[in-house]
Amino acid sequence: MTEPTTASHWTWHGMRAGARAMTPLLPGIVAFSLAFGTVAAQKGLSFGESLVMTATVYAGLSQFVALQTWPDHFTLGEIAALAAVTMTINLRFVLMGASLRPWLGAIPPWQSYPSLALMTDGSWLLALRYRAEGGHDAGFYYGMALLNYVVWVIAVIPGYFLASSLSDPKTFGIDMIMVAFFAAMLVTVWRGYRRALAWLVAGCVAVAVNWLFSGWWFIVAGAVAGSVAGGFIDDAD
Amino acid sequence: MTPTSFMSAHMATGIAVMVAVTVALRLGGFWIMRFVRVTPRVQRMIDALPGSVIVASVVPVAVNGGAVGILAIVAAVLAMIWQRNDFVAVVAGMLVAALARAAGVSG
Repeated sequence: MTEPTTASHWTWHGMRAGARAMTPLLPGIVAFSLAFGTVAAQKGLSFGESLVMTATVYAGLSQFVALQTWPDHFTLGEIAALAAVTMTINLRFVLMGASLRPWLGAIPPWQSYPSLALMTDGSWLLALRYRAEGGHDAGFYYGMALLNYVVWVIAVIPGYFLASSLSDPKTFGIDMIMVAFFAAMLVTVWRGYRRALAWLVAGCVAVAVNWLFSGWWFIVAGAVAGSVAGGFIDDAD
Repeated sequence: MTPTSFMSAHMATGIAVMVAVTVALRLGGFWIMRFVRVTPRVQRMIDALPGSVIVASVVPVAVNGGAVGILAIVAAVLAMIWQRNDFVAVVAGMLVAALARAAGVSG
């Protein structure tokens, strides 16, 4: 294989590598999507509504929370409330997308913007690690993101129809897969104690905001605080 | 919300709102960075972001969620340090959570 001369490019080989990198996350994605299908059925959504919601919104946590508080009628106020809930939970996407600019900014917009529409926490973390290890094949990103999307959308179908007959995901610790993956990623992005001060700031701010305010502001508040703190930590040790 | 047809106008309205917000957020940050020069400081902010997002998402949930979540996190981190393998870390986290629950730990 020849070394790429441009900053970014994309290959089928990269797509396969990306899909492989995503596989440890698939059981967690399936479990989460099954659970969403079950909740949607219990809340009285039609199958079509469940499928369209999960395939277009494609942000699991916000889908769950929105269904819990879904209004009976949409006034302007209800629409604003739904938009606000969706925004606070998903505001981290702004930061995540911003961090991909140095990489995906080098490929044409018609390729970069669709890939961002498919961005998830898992694919973002894997993408950044791949990038940090020197990869610049945008196909890697598409391989992960597409597999993630397809598995997420398909798994909602048995979730919807089998609903109550599914066993509790807690039994085998399946509900802990995302948490375990996040924790493992922390090891791979470790750059020494000095840099980890930023994470300490992020954690303290997130816990404090979670105590003081209801809702989901704690994610983005902690993330912004950690990022800003990281900006002020000099590289010189 | 009664399942009468493929999609009610009511559900379509709510879904459209959620999609509009989520797509704007997913694309917005990347778009804004067109106008931001990536100075060394901005680069350090970007570098600090993955860990910060993880910690900010997981720590409050772990603090509220109790022992099972914390045990799973510790197991995953130790397995990752030991093996440097995503799959091993995820399985370790799952196993420890399942065993802890089987042993009667709440969470």
